[in-house]
Amino acid sequence: MFDEHLLRDLTPQVLGVLVGRGADFAAAEDAVQDALVEAVRRWDGDAPDDPKGWLVTVAWRRFLDARRSASARALREVHVTREPAPGPAGQADDTLLLLSRCCHPALSPASAIALTLRAVGGLTTAQIARAFLVPESTMAQRISRAKRTLAGERFERPGDVRAVLRVLYLMFDQGFFERGFAGERKADDADLAAEAIRLARQLAASVPGDAEAAGLLALMLLHHARRAARTDAAGDLVPLALQDRSLWDTAMIGEGVDLLQGALVRDRLGEYQIQAAIAALHDDAATAEETDWSQILEWYDELLKLGPGNPVVALNRAVAVGHVDGPLAGLRLVEGLDAKLPRRDAVAAYLHERAGNTAEAARLYAVAARSAPSTAEMGHLLRQAARLNRARSD
Amino acid sequence: MAKYLLLKHYRGGPKQHANAVAAMDEWTPEEISEHIAFMGKVADDLRERGEFVDAQALAFEGEFVRYGGEGAAPVTDGPFAETKDVIAGWMIIDVDSKERAYEAAAYLSSAPGKDGLPLHEWIEVRPFLTHAPVVE
Repeated sequence: MFDEHLLRDLTPQVLGVLVGRGADFAAAEDAVQDALVEAVRRWDGDAPDDPKGWLVTVAWRRFLDARRSASARALREVHVTREPAPGPAGQADDTLLLLSRCCHPALSPASAIALTLRAVGGLTTAQIARAFLVPESTMAQRISRAKRTLAGERFERPGDVRAVLRVLYLMFDQGFFERGFAGERKADDADLAAEAIRLARQLAASVPGDAEAAGLLALMLLHHARRAARTDAAGDLVPLALQDRSLWDTAMIGEGVDLLQGALVRDRLGEYQIQAAIAALHDDAATAEETDWSQILEWYDELLKLGPGNPVVALNRAVAVGHVDGPLAGLRLVEGLDAKLPRRDAVAAYLHERAGNTAEAARLYAVAARSAPSTAEMGHLLRQAARLNRARSD
Repeated sequence: MAKYLLLKHYRGGPKQHANAVAAMDEWTPEEISEHIAFMGKVADDLRERGEFVDAQALAFEGEFVRYGGEGAAPVTDGPFAETKDVIAGWMIIDVDSKERAYEAAAYLSSAPGKDGLPLHEWIEVRPFLTHAPVVE
């Protein structure tokens, strides 16, 4: 059987070599895609002894062919051809170079995610289109517009790691949400959360000294470990407190905790490490009741220090305060937040329920359901309201 | 084959059947789960028959927007925000006949609600405009 994973792992490396030799990004990416198609056709189950070398040779030939056949006008524009790089760059550097190119701040997050999945993740345009529920032609256009945006940029040195972290974080977040009520899964559907983890792993390996890169990978693993418990057999959302913790992936949690500890000792605290620390404290509790909310609250305080006034952090912190200082203390904080803040009503409902105000909690859950951003959350919030209304009428 | 849009409403349309009067938060949590699962089943059955095109759920909230010259577009929730028609979502199907479209809409409308009883919810059925015939 043909090894798809091998090809996908090699994709960014081959692309990196071409770009390192001076090929412009869009043309190099096209050439690598051609080489991959060729590999699927020619290898026929057996990869050559040096698959990377094979792909580089074929892709480079394709790139040169494409450039030769380009119009004379285009050729005139390429009057300065850069010298080939002196020897192959290290693989790790290539990964960072490519990632920072795909996650360039000039691109919108949606475009950056799409381009990263295609150029570094090695997914097909059709797979990316399905992951975002848009027609393939729309996604193809989005990717080519992104490449055009980058066409004028120079990329001798890797760009900002922060921008890459942000894009991978959003990719993971996107993958965390389930399909809509009529969603259909296909065998080769892309798993965005798993892709984000794979890419975060590559990034962390290429910037071993970066505490936030390690922190982001830890954060992803510590959340991903709970995935099997997040929905029940019917596909309904199960809140953290009610999850079957025996379904959590303890090996993944262990890896996440190790990574996080390794990052924290570097004493370069950042938002991803803090969020990972909060996730780790949840993962560490054998039951919901044993959750160390005091420590979680301390981490939220740290997070708020990094971004004072961040309303989303303030809202999540109010939940922790509700557990440490009592629900009424949490509610006072929620009341000070913008009424339009997403999930504010849901948090208020949760705290009212803990305070014993069942009627108000039920009313607020129903209100929150009206503005729920996903069908899964809408269903969950309606069920919460229904559960409390039922309890009151019994 | 002809395409039809099946519209489900949060509010609006003809007077609802008695089974569809209770708000969802007055059902039991299990009834809510069963209702949502039924929607998925309808989509799966339509897929199985080769008739499914698309299905989406819409948020309750939404505004009206129009062109207003230079600057930000005017937005309104309408003077009748509490009574306006609110679409909850749609299914698009591609079927052999209008009869079959009605049958599919009726099936969708049989979704279970409170006490597991069919809601008999009104489903708006709208045929797509098609291309002009080649052979006249």
